[in-house]
Amino acid sequence: MAFLQDPTVIVEWLRQLFLGWGLSPSLASLLLYVLGALALATGPLLWVIFLIWFERKAVARIQDRLGPNRVGPYGLLQPFADVLKLLTKEDIIPAKADKFLYWLAPILSLAGVLLLWPAVPLGKGIGGNVNVAVLYLVAVGTLSTFAILLAGWSANNKYALLGAFRTVAQMISYEVPIVLALLVPVLLARSMNLQDIVAAQDVWFVVAAPLAALIFFVASIAEVGRTPFDLLEAESEIIAGFHIEYSGMKFAMFFAGEFLHAFTTGVLGAVLFFGGWRGPGAESYPILGLLYLWIKAFLLYFVIVWIRGTFPRIRIDHLLNFSWKFLTPLALVALMVTAVLDKMLAPLGAWPRALALLVANGVIWLATQRWLRGVEKRLQPPMVAQPGEYPVAHYTPPEPQAAEGD
Amino acid sequence: MVTTFVFVLTAAVMLVAALVAVLKNNLVHAAMGLVVTLFGTAVLFVLLEAYFLAVAQVVIYVGAIAILIVFSIMLTRRVGADWGQQTNATWPFALLVAGLLTVLLGLMVRGWAAVTAQPASQAVPADMTARLGAALVDPNGYVVPFEVASVLLLAALIGAVYVAWGGRKAEKDAQG
Repeated sequence: MAFLQDPTVIVEWLRQLFLGWGLSPSLASLLLYVLGALALATGPLLWVIFLIWFERKAVARIQDRLGPNRVGPYGLLQPFADVLKLLTKEDIIPAKADKFLYWLAPILSLAGVLLLWPAVPLGKGIGGNVNVAVLYLVAVGTLSTFAILLAGWSANNKYALLGAFRTVAQMISYEVPIVLALLVPVLLARSMNLQDIVAAQDVWFVVAAPLAALIFFVASIAEVGRTPFDLLEAESEIIAGFHIEYSGMKFAMFFAGEFLHAFTTGVLGAVLFFGGWRGPGAESYPILGLLYLWIKAFLLYFVIVWIRGTFPRIRIDHLLNFSWKFLTPLALVALMVTAVLDKMLAPLGAWPRALALLVANGVIWLATQRWLRGVEKRLQPPMVAQPGEYPVAHYTPPEPQAAEGD
Repeated sequence: MVTTFVFVLTAAVMLVAALVAVLKNNLVHAAMGLVVTLFGTAVLFVLLEAYFLAVAQVVIYVGAIAILIVFSIMLTRRVGADWGQQTNATWPFALLVAGLLTVLLGLMVRGWAAVTAQPASQAVPADMTARLGAALVDPNGYVVPFEVASVLLLAALIGAVYVAWGGRKAEKDAQG
């Protein structure tokens, strides 16, 4: 059971196997890279099957429904039935659609999420060890924006295009607070490598930077396009937004991409702010680290589902104002305060430093609340409408039309 | 060997994508060609082990500039479906200038020793990004250009806000 302590023995064993088949060393390592990429892409996609069941069940329970309960125990096999249904659906391409881009968009959507995974450290010595990982996450995130933009445009449908416009406005706006919030763990760990960030979390960064964690979490939900920020596919306004014309497996790829993106957000939140794979025994048994990471990520994912089940959708101007006028300034202040304080307190140990930063974050939060109250007082609209101030809708029956003789 | 293969493949894809970007009538397709070309540049940076530059290339050019281009195309009235002629009467002169430039650049690069010389096979230091960051704010390094660039960006930002506000004021005036 040596692989429990050092998973790299599996790789070495496979390499020896390939060399034994008479392959050249460079070909063997190429084959190993391909295998690793396959495993990394397949694992999350299989996990999505469970996520779909979990999310449907959880949202159903929050809304006092039963959720899937027919196929298999507790409806666990429902996603398989769904996939079979989607596979057998007619694959429709609108007559005036841009065929190539119409095909490309769902693939890009899923690829944009899967490409986030190589940077994620899954355990001590397993998974991503990229030097510029944090920046890489930001770079790859733009792919999903592109996918949605292309899907909206290529389908040649005005609702789809409206969805795409909303997406770009939303995603570009929320990218700013996300990047600013991502800088805080980078500052605290003095590295952009996610492995180093995990290694630096003797005290979880959520203690030292709760505001950055909150901003990252909220803005990430907006990036994924989930309720309460699901304006890009608001059913009641623009029907389904960017994927209105998609059916069958192409639609399923958008769907799976969104679910996986939500879980990936949980994983990234766990890595950046909740210690990643760290936990008792994870140093000597990396597999245990993977389990800890999964549990933390799943808890964060559950909160996202919970938010989805409880919050109403917010309006587009509120959405943009919330990002530019609230999250971005708050993230800037948090970043500057963290940078100055962390440099000043560097000689102290991990715990005093984290607690001092926690106090600083608390002060920022109280100041923000005071400021918000002032704004609220200034903006307070009169509670009772003055007569004649607001137009009141009255129902006026249509003019009776003259009956046409035939 | 693998590196050479990847390089040749990337270069071929980049050339085709660049031609698409220039020659296609459909503006959205042209923009996609541009995106693929920019991605190819990032891949070339990776091959040169300049990971930070590769990622920065994607963040800035694909994430910001290309999305802005596509977005502005989509905001045009007929969503970029303008199938006009791409050239005007002066195209032979443009071809002449471009051809001359290509020849001159080719001659210049041929005479440059650094192109044919084998690169010194020293590994790229692991803390490249940290060195770059330190150099940008180092008084003996690039702190002045860095600060000048940030002032320029700030000026552009203020200008954009001013233009946006002016528009809103004009609208209010128009309403009475």
